[in-house]
Amino acid sequence: MKVALFITCLVDVMRPEIAEASVRLLESAGCTVEVPMTQTCCGQPGYNSGDSAAARDLARKFLTEFEGFDYVVMPSGSCGGMVRQHYPTLFADDPDLRNRIDALAQKTFELTAFLHDVIGVSALPGRFAGEITYHDSCSGLRELGVQAQPRALLALNPSIRLTEMKEARACCGFGGTFAIKYGDISSAIVDEKIGHIHASGAACVVLGDLGCMLNIEGRLRRTGDNTTRVLHIAQVLAGTVSDAPPPSATDEAR
Amino acid sequence: MQVQSMHFKARSGQKLADLRLQQNLKVLSQRWTVGRTNAIAELDDFEATRDEAVSRRDRALANLDVWLERFEAQATARGATVLWAETPEEASKLVVEIARRHEVAKVTKSKSMVSEEMALNRHLEAVGVKVVETDLGEYILQINDNEPPSHIVAPVVHKSKDEVSDLFARVHKRPRLTDIPQMTREAREFLRPEFLSSDMGVSGGNFLIAETGSVAVFTNEGNEGMCTVLPPKVHVVVTGIEKVIPTLEDLATMARLLPRSATGQSISNYFSILTGPRAPGEQDGPEHMYFVLVDGGRSGLLGGEFQDMLRCIRCGACMNHCPVYQKIGGHTYGWVYPGPMGSVLTPSYVGLEKTLDLPQAATLCGECHVVCPMKIPLPDLLRKLRERQFERGLRPWRERLGLAAWAFAARRPAIYRPLVRIGARVLGWMGGDAHRISRLPGGSGWSLYRDMPAPVGPTFKERWAKQAGRTPPR
Repeated sequence: MKVALFITCLVDVMRPEIAEASVRLLESAGCTVEVPMTQTCCGQPGYNSGDSAAARDLARKFLTEFEGFDYVVMPSGSCGGMVRQHYPTLFADDPDLRNRIDALAQKTFELTAFLHDVIGVSALPGRFAGEITYHDSCSGLRELGVQAQPRALLALNPSIRLTEMKEARACCGFGGTFAIKYGDISSAIVDEKIGHIHASGAACVVLGDLGCMLNIEGRLRRTGDNTTRVLHIAQVLAGTVSDAPPPSATDEAR
Repeated sequence: MQVQSMHFKARSGQKLADLRLQQNLKVLSQRWTVGRTNAIAELDDFEATRDEAVSRRDRALANLDVWLERFEAQATARGATVLWAETPEEASKLVVEIARRHEVAKVTKSKSMVSEEMALNRHLEAVGVKVVETDLGEYILQINDNEPPSHIVAPVVHKSKDEVSDLFARVHKRPRLTDIPQMTREAREFLRPEFLSSDMGVSGGNFLIAETGSVAVFTNEGNEGMCTVLPPKVHVVVTGIEKVIPTLEDLATMARLLPRSATGQSISNYFSILTGPRAPGEQDGPEHMYFVLVDGGRSGLLGGEFQDMLRCIRCGACMNHCPVYQKIGGHTYGWVYPGPMGSVLTPSYVGLEKTLDLPQAATLCGECHVVCPMKIPLPDLLRKLRERQFERGLRPWRERLGLAAWAFAARRPAIYRPLVRIGARVLGWMGGDAHRISRLPGGSGWSLYRDMPAPVGPTFKERWAKQAGRTPPR
């Protein structure tokens, strides 16, 4: 099964280890992973800023780069929502391209949805132990219905204890350029999220989108919390990071 | 109402710093989100009810002119007078004329957001008519120097009980009360004589029913009946033209969704269907009944990409569940309608250039769409408004430049890749040993409030390309 990895522009620069973890997960699930090297961005920044021409251009570019694969997988519900939900609306008036876009959208998956719904993985490649809480990122949750999949995958690892926080499905306040244009409102929203993370008692919050990661981690550190860890679900499932909380009592679980 | 949406940023800063408001908003969002969740669970099939409601509203909007004419014919046949206003100002003039015709000295009002669009109280007071708001929340706002409402269902939700206690003591000149039933009783004592001496009642209308020429009103305090049925000789309904639905069966479907989505009630405490003035032999009802139906920008949405917005039944679920509204409250939005529905309606009704922040100040989290009983795709509509802002060059030059630079590079991998490589290194260097950036030049909106976790090492593409034999041939 030939799977193309869409790295996502943010992961490529800010957290390449998330893409590495994704490759590890996909390969251990029996996929042949390829990474089209001309990929850049799915176009969402343009789409959400009103520049639909730029978004359409990047959608066309994405289409030519990725339509030849069996599946397209990305460690992001936000970019996944862009391809699956919004690309088709961008080409609503272009019947020829619309068919190809629809076919592309149908084989494009957010990472955990792919591993769980398409492959049906029953084992994880790496080890990770500790107590975590899970934040549902908005686009993955509401545009793609990603909610049960990450939890089901986490449950495959008996060394992980998932403690749900209150309002796990509430927005963290990131919202792309919203976080910069309205930084004060955005940080007030993320403070709510951080309150729920702390109240859960878990020293590690796991989630599926880098935007939320940067927002939550950035606010945690700014407000003096240097211990609560913010990890991508790919890193936790692939076991490419140290245990949470920092390795100690969990050794015997290995 | 005068548009204040241009002050969004300054106001949101003030509201975020207002600790009492923050506490009040937290209570609201907790209570109403939980309330709605419980109330919709009572329906056997909430989703199917929602689909049914959407198709019934769409049916009405598809032939809005036909249903409005039918409504007019039926209402007229039952003895009411139907008047049409293209703008909110015109609507106010019509109501003033009605007041003059019937020599009205005092108007008692049941809650109406359309009357806020019309600035009706100001227009009536300008010709010497006394106006008394009788919805408790609206009454509180009126006696607080005509403060504007901050929520379409609970206009005074931004105030705590303590603030109202202080206000009552000051304005009523009575000992300060802190027990809510006692405070309500006191307000009732002040309102009762106003009801009994009122010449004209003004109410809003949740729905107009075409087949019967009736208006349906959902309320919780009983004040609406005191404004419309018993004491006054004139009843004026002011509402928007989009509120018409063809049949009473349509109303039944709406009634299952509106109070549940709005306040988490199975049904509101009071629910009236009012048809025509008092007929010979009838015990109650006004001598004269008028409908003033306002366009105010609504017909401009018909047949266009914002038509879905006209399905709105003003439940407020979108704002109750909005992470942004929950932080800044309704006043920040600067006009009659706050929250996600307001951020779509206000630019549409008063102009995009006066409301530049409204479509932008949303995380597009999608929860408003999830909870909207009418399935209005609010995030998509906000995005479409952003498109219009972009097309009309209404965004700041720095944003446009940044977007253009991003789009230029993202279309061209040969330029994008080296840029990203350099970018990763610069960010990595800026992050220092702690791998954190505390000041982002050009991104102070981020870095005033948050660190930026810095990248460590080369980009993923660089790492991937280095792994011999793994780079695909394409």
